[in-house]
Amino acid sequence: MNVHEYQGKEILKQYGVVVPRGHVAFTPEEAVDAAKKLGGDLWVVKAQIHAGGRGKAGGVKLAKSLDEVKQYAEELLGKTLVTHQTGPEGKEVKRLLIEEGCKIEKEYYVGVVIDRSTDRVTMMASSEGGTEIEEVAANTPEKIVKVVVDPAVGLQPFQARKLAFAIGIPKNLVNKAVKFMMGLYQAFVEKDGSLAEINPLITTTDGQVMALDAKLNFDSNALYRHPEVVELRDFSEEDPKEIEASKFDLTYIALDGNIGCMVNGAGLAMATMDIIKHYGGEPANFLDVGGGATTEKVTAAFKIILEDPHVKGILVNIFGGIMKCDVIAEGVVEAAKQIGLDRPLVVRLEGTNVDLGKKILNESGLKITAADSMADAAEKIVSLVK
Amino acid sequence: MSIFINKDTKVITQGITGKTGLFHTKGGLEYGTQMVAGAVPGKGGTQVDITLDNGEVKSIPVFDTVAEAKEKTGANASVIYVPPAFAADAIMEAVDADLDLVICITEGIPVMDMVKVKRYMEGKRTRLIGPNCPGVITPGESKIGIMPGYIHTPGRVGVVSRSGTLTYEAVHQLTQRGIGQSTAVGIGGDPVNGTNFIDVLEQFQQDPDTAAVIMIGEIGGTAEEEAADWIQANMTKPVVGFIGGQTAPPGKRMGHAGAIISGGKGTAKEKVAKLEACGVAVAPTPADIGETLVRVLKEKGLLEECTTAK
Repeated sequence: MNVHEYQGKEILKQYGVVVPRGHVAFTPEEAVDAAKKLGGDLWVVKAQIHAGGRGKAGGVKLAKSLDEVKQYAEELLGKTLVTHQTGPEGKEVKRLLIEEGCKIEKEYYVGVVIDRSTDRVTMMASSEGGTEIEEVAANTPEKIVKVVVDPAVGLQPFQARKLAFAIGIPKNLVNKAVKFMMGLYQAFVEKDGSLAEINPLITTTDGQVMALDAKLNFDSNALYRHPEVVELRDFSEEDPKEIEASKFDLTYIALDGNIGCMVNGAGLAMATMDIIKHYGGEPANFLDVGGGATTEKVTAAFKIILEDPHVKGILVNIFGGIMKCDVIAEGVVEAAKQIGLDRPLVVRLEGTNVDLGKKILNESGLKITAADSMADAAEKIVSLVK
Repeated sequence: MSIFINKDTKVITQGITGKTGLFHTKGGLEYGTQMVAGAVPGKGGTQVDITLDNGEVKSIPVFDTVAEAKEKTGANASVIYVPPAFAADAIMEAVDADLDLVICITEGIPVMDMVKVKRYMEGKRTRLIGPNCPGVITPGESKIGIMPGYIHTPGRVGVVSRSGTLTYEAVHQLTQRGIGQSTAVGIGGDPVNGTNFIDVLEQFQQDPDTAAVIMIGEIGGTAEEEAADWIQANMTKPVVGFIGGQTAPPGKRMGHAGAIISGGKGTAKEKVAKLEACGVAVAPTPADIGETLVRVLKEKGLLEECTTAK
């Protein structure tokens, strides 16, 4: 799960990580009020969307007066920002973060990830702040330093010092950088982070070490023990179909094509997308109904697909294990009855209770094209939507 | 022969009184697996009666702890069906009981819990398979997990995969062609797991009754690339691969927690290129896995010995 920059900074602050003072604003008036509250004569107006690359896309403005704060807030709110992470359709700005201006001395990078090759939390840092870390990794990998954290004891001060010295934090600020990194690690572990990126971490001319930006992602499997994180979810940042699907515990991801897919199992669902593409079609979605789906869940899944106006045809590909084919068949029939099936449907069933499933579909009176293999199913649906 | 499990493997079900645990314990019994005990805290001293399809009733004793279940029944493996919030604890309990093998089916365990589990397991001999996996099957001998048994047939091809249903798809394609399997292992779709591709490939390489291997990977991480290097350096048996998610968009978690392309890394294209460079024949589509294996077996003169049923 993603949160906004200002929410991430609020969390980090609780762990002693220094961030610039700031307030969230939903209207230009709130933006001006926020700037007044902060005082000073320099403010940063930052668009809050769930995507990186906001600066380059014009989503971060430096205001030298309250009038400018108002002007930039009016410009940004309601504007659609297109960054390299939003896709060509962009994202509408609905919230702003108004922050005090900082006297930046130098920019650095600090990130926390779970490294699969060591099965441990890894903190990495670089002297090359403010740029894409992927670019640094590709061009000058020697400029990224890493420490692997033993979960039994957590990040140790010597490890944080090692990072701070390696990336060239001035000696008089190393202790502050260590405190920063220890707090960041603690926040990451206690809140079940899946990714934390501080890009840039800055040192200021008045001797501060702080997070100028913050990107936090949380492990969705661990949200059950963090109601305070769940509260930060911004539904307007998500695809409405994905939200609907998550209510039924379905994994749905919207894509650009016109063939709706319903599959059980993530691997088979990905492979089904691949084979549709192989036969010249374009999948409209990734949808995994999971292992233990009920008729109700399948009905919900099928409705979500049918309600997408881009969908010109549907492919159901089920290899029953725990998931029984008759449950899938009943769900499909139920959904088709409820909202009407006005588009071609190809069904491929295999596995547990396959004969019963086929019988239910045959006797439903629905216009269904049966397929006896994955390739056959993909070929049929692609030709039907053309 | 086989790897990890065979007809002598005795299994404890952790979470036997739950709906899923009960259903698949019955599935194991129907297949002929020695499901010898259940472990559920607070339910020790009771028993679970399971009526098989042929009318026979099996009574499975339930114990409070895994250690006691092992001691009283001689079990050497366990399978875990407890909810995600309790699964890490269940794994560590089984490891502490010094079982040979622990298979965790549970999906949705917080990754930080698995980081702790892996640390706990250091220096201990128990092998963990999963979590978030379909389990392990040695056709005709033992089935531990949630896979449909009937699509499998005994034979000489090993299967290892990060995905459940895609494994069924591959196994089904083999069985349809009369090619049996030695053991099929689902290692699971989570980023931090107990057993990786290389662990399984090593076992298949050593198993005299495995003649060839199918390896099914997917986007995310670099496990497939590491396996490719290992195959090139150590594997004398032919390996056929498939990578799911060739059309997946970056930055989106494709169902499995581990299946995400991030920072331009973990793409299917990279993985396929690396596998091919290391001598692995990669099936172009999921429908071609069986066909690709048949072609490779023919080239190596192994098709006849791998064709075990028709």
